[in-house]
Formats: sequence, structure tokens, C-alpha cells
Amino acid sequence: MTPALGMFLLFVLITLGITYWAARKSQSAAAFFTASRRITGWQNGVAVAGDYMSAASFLGIAGLIAFFGYDGFMFSVGWLVAYLTVLLVVAEPLRNAGKYTMADVLAYRLSPRPVRAMAALSTLTVSTFYMIAQMVGAGALVTLLLGSSHVSYELAVTGVGVLMIVYVIFGGMLATTWVQIIKAILLMGGTILLSLLVLAHFGWSLASFFDAVTRVSYHDKGALVTKNFLEPGLRYTAANHGALDLISLGMALVFGTAGLPHILVRFYTVPDAKTARVSVVWAMVLIGSFYIMTTFLGFGAATIVGRDKIAVSGGNNMSAPLLAQALAGDIFFAFIAAIAFATILAVVAGLTISASTSFAHDFYTAVIHKGTERRPGEEVRVARYTAVVVGAIAIGIAILLGKDANVAFLVALAFAVAASANLPVIVLSLFWKRFNTSGAVLGLATGLVASLVLIIISPSIMKVDPAGTAAAARHLIQRPPIFPLENPGILSIPLGFLGAIFGTFLRREPRAEARFAELSVRANTGLGAEKATTE
Amino acid sequence: MASDDQKIPQDPTPIVGAATDIAPLGGPKPPHERTADEEAGVIDWEGLAASGKFRALLKAKRRFIVPAMIFFIVYYFALPVLIGYARPFMEKRVFGPVNLAYLFALSQFFMAWIIAALYVRAAARFDRMAREVIEDHR
Repeated sequence: MTPALGMFLLFVLITLGITYWAARKSQSAAAFFTASRRITGWQNGVAVAGDYMSAASFLGIAGLIAFFGYDGFMFSVGWLVAYLTVLLVVAEPLRNAGKYTMADVLAYRLSPRPVRAMAALSTLTVSTFYMIAQMVGAGALVTLLLGSSHVSYELAVTGVGVLMIVYVIFGGMLATTWVQIIKAILLMGGTILLSLLVLAHFGWSLASFFDAVTRVSYHDKGALVTKNFLEPGLRYTAANHGALDLISLGMALVFGTAGLPHILVRFYTVPDAKTARVSVVWAMVLIGSFYIMTTFLGFGAATIVGRDKIAVSGGNNMSAPLLAQALAGDIFFAFIAAIAFATILAVVAGLTISASTSFAHDFYTAVIHKGTERRPGEEVRVARYTAVVVGAIAIGIAILLGKDANVAFLVALAFAVAASANLPVIVLSLFWKRFNTSGAVLGLATGLVASLVLIIISPSIMKVDPAGTAAAARHLIQRPPIFPLENPGILSIPLGFLGAIFGTFLRREPRAEARFAELSVRANTGLGAEKATTE
Repeated sequence: MASDDQKIPQDPTPIVGAATDIAPLGGPKPPHERTADEEAGVIDWEGLAASGKFRALLKAKRRFIVPAMIFFIVYYFALPVLIGYARPFMEKRVFGPVNLAYLFALSQFFMAWIIAALYVRAAARFDRMAREVIEDHR
């Protein structure tokens, strides 16, 4: 057994222990869906960070910086700034006026069944696509990191899938929360250690570190080139509409994070809106520090390991583990690899519970059974079945796609749907009295369809590959892209808002307007908000 | 209480929060366990929404949140816009090898933290105002 596998199994063992402990406390609906709303501010803040910082952040962004220098670091910025939207606009009203899901806030004023049905569809779309991207990533990582342990892609994907199902169905939100907290602490610890080792490598001198960053040499198309990695333009150029694509990505991050269902449900786990606010601040401290340290991870990999070596040792996603190996040997490599798995597990568990909560609460209870449970505990039971089904579907699709599949666009898609479908209707229902059911349904539908269509006709799916590209990595449609940007936000977000506004003007809904006063008072004062339950 | 029937035999753990679950459990509940929907009828929402104190709370929040949103959106999108359309300017070196592009990107983190800190301070005032709105009602 390799050290990496051993450390990963240790993490699994600890998290299963937590799940066993949490299982006894996760019987009722409030306990299963929201950990009885008794998570404290700092705990929830750390859990939000653990829920949010996916493998795409830890491995992906470190790799982008190692390969494309400054353009990769540009990615880091938006992930933190996005939390200002969460803090200023969404977190507190949502906690005050909702119960289990984002649709609760919409259902206050609007007709619950159509609105919840659309919101559940949007939530399931975002969660499943994001989950598939994470699981393909997990599988690919395992084959790279544990190649010598005979762990295959299929086994890795199934293992991650089964674990996330176990956390969620037995431990509910409480176990999910603690898996995310432990992962966030491990991730921060690993990142701080790596950053310190990089600085030590340069004699604790920031000046010589940045000096090295301005002179990074690597082979490009056979020729040795030396580039200043602090200068923009290695990835985004005028030729590929770089500036527009970055603006579009920024829009998806800044408006999408506040519409991600798995982040929003975290704010129901705290006792009140003030604690929700405190937890966003904790999350911002962790997330910001982490993304600033990607400077050391990414540029460190570029200067110490070098782009050439990373390219032949598994590609840019391996930059952070290879940097660990170069600085402190195989044991540290194993530690960083284990953190990468922990990262994926915590994120997929969060996605699973938000998808199951939305299906059980919004679709099964509210849409099919018109808001009543036929038997006590039915909603939780349905959520548990949903977790198994969603997990099985994600495992199946991830295995079908295979480890070489190009899945980065699924993450872009998840953020685009969250920003274009979810955020407009949340904001308009909270702040616009005239807003109504037809506006919400049309807004959600427009945002969802616009994001899907624009991604399908973007260079992520539509592109002519050069001859000799491996079958699994080929683009699905071998034609020039119709929409030139990889990120659809710049077009799909305005479309989502327009759809919601246009739908609103189609008809008047006196009941929705009459209940605006109630929603506004609830959202802004916390009067009548769901309380923490006592043990 | 309805939650008692639900207990699994031999399990000493109280079934947490069962009484706040969905309607059919029924029966009178202590006030702290009433769900948001059950409180709907007992509060004069229209009157509260029209009260001077509530309007002042909304105005105070708007006066902080709207300018803060506009500021951070302009500051953040200035980064990709400048990188895209004013690259030579952004490549100016400021401290040794460190250029304006990197420093501006780094400043975004501190901008976000400062706005968050200012909001937390302002929100303490919003909390007080919200408490007054609720107390007046009771």
C-alpha cells in the first residue's frame, strides 16, 4: 500500500466515524436537512469554504497558474469577490425567510407548485453536472496518484460515489458539515505548508521568488522559450476573445456563487441570520487566504518543477502534488494527494445533500403531494432514496464518460445556470413587489435553456480538433463554434433577468403582490424565521 | 407531543425538532417551535411593513448595500477590462519585478475583505433596528 492510499483511507475512516456519530442525531427533517440549525458561525464558515473549494480550485487553478502564469491567477480573484454578493444580498434574507431550500423563499409569494418544480429542476441540473465533473476528476486523479496501487478509474469513481451516498443517507447535513470542515482544515494546512516550503526554497525572499517568476523557461512546440509569468496574455489573447471570456467568467462567478444550491443550503444550518453573516465572513477569510496562496502553489510549480516536467508527469492538474514531491519528497506528495481526494469527497457530499433536499422538499412533497407529508418522516426518507439515485446516476455517467473526458465545461455550466436561472429569481422575488409566478417560471426556464444552449454551441463542445486527438478528448461536435466564448454568462445572465421581467409583465398576480409586505418584513427582520431545534 | 410516537424503541436519542416538521403532525406547539407558516396569521405584516421604523431599516440597508455592490462590481470588472484593453499599462513594474497587473489582482482580495468588514459593522446597526421593529410589534 502506498502512503497516499494509506492517508486517504485514514481520512475515510475518520469521516465514517463522524457519520456513525451523526446518524443518531439525524432522524427528524430539521436534523437531516439542516443539522437542527445548530451549526455555529465559524463552523459553518469553514464548512462553506470546504463545500466551495473543489478540486478545480486546488489542483485546477494551481495548474493553470503553473502553465499560463498570470492568466491563471486571474481565475483566483473571482472566487472570493463572488462572496460579496452572497454576503450583501442573499445569505441573510434566505436564512430569515426560508426553511430547507432556495425555493422556499420563492414559494412564499408565488404559486408554490410551478415555482418549486422549476427550482428543483434547476437545482438538480446544477448539482448533477457539477458532481459529474468532480467525479471524473476524482477518477482521473486516482489513476495518476495511485497508479502503483492498482486502483482503476472505475473503482475510484464508484468508491467516491458510494462514500458520498453513505455520508448523506446516514449522517445527513451534520455528517456532511463535519466532512467539509475537516477537509477545509486539511486543505488550508496543506496549502500553508506548501507555500512556506516554496518561500523557504527561495531563501524566504519574496524578491527572489518573484524574480524567478519573471523568467520561466519551457519548451513550446519544440523550441525553448522564456516568459515573464507575471505578465498577462499566455492563455487569453485578443484572438480568442480573451477579455470578453474573462468578463463572462467573472459574471458567472460573481452572480452564480450566490445561486449555487449547495452553498445556499449551508445558511439554513445556523441558528439565525446574524450567524449566517458571521459564517460568510469566516468563509471569506479562508477562501481569500487560500486563493492568495495559489500564487505560491502555481508560480512555485512553474519555477521549481517546471512546465516541461509537469506536462510529461500527468498534466497541469498534477502541478500541486508534483510541487509537494519536489519540495519534500514522497510522504508530502502522499499527503497532498490525500487532501485532493478529501476535497472532492467533501464537495460531492454537499452537492448530493442539496440535490436530495431539493427533490424531496420541493418536488416530492410540494409538487407531487401538494405540501403535505402522507406519513411522518416521508420527506427525509425520499431524500435518502434520492441521494442513492443521484449518486448512482453520477457514478454511471462518470464511468461512461471515462477519465479523459473534457469535463471542465460542466463546472462553467453549473455556474452559468446558477447565475442566469437561480440568482435573477431570488433577487427579484426579494426586492420587486410586482414579481410573480409567471416571471419566476419563465426566468428560471430562460436562464437554464440559455446556459445549456450557449454551452453546447461554444468552443467547449463545438470545435474542430486537429487530426490525431484521442477519441475521449475530442469535442462532441466537430464544427466551428457558433458562440465564441467558453463562458456563456455575459449573454445568459441578462437573458435570465429579461425572461423573468418579461414573464412578470405577462399577467398580474394580486396574491403575490399582497404577500410582498410579509416576505420583506421576514427577510429583513428575521421575524418568524425557523428556529434552531433543541436536543 | 406527536414526536413521542415516532421514537424508535430502545433509542434514547430525542427525535430532534420533529414538532417543527410539516403540518400533519398537528397539535398545539410551544411558540419557539412554531414554523414560519404557522406564524403567518398572528402577525400584522402589512402594518409592520408600513411602520416608520421598518421603512427606516430598509432605507439604511439600501444606503449601504447599493453603493457597496456598485463599487465592488466596478472594481472587480475593471481587472479583466484593463487586462484586456490596457495591457501595456498593466505590465508596468511597481515593486522590483512585481507589476501593476499582479498588484491590482491582489488588491481585489483586500477590497473584498474590507467591504465585508464594513458591512459587518453596519449590520450591527441593522440588527438593532430590526430588533426595535420586532419589539414594537410585540
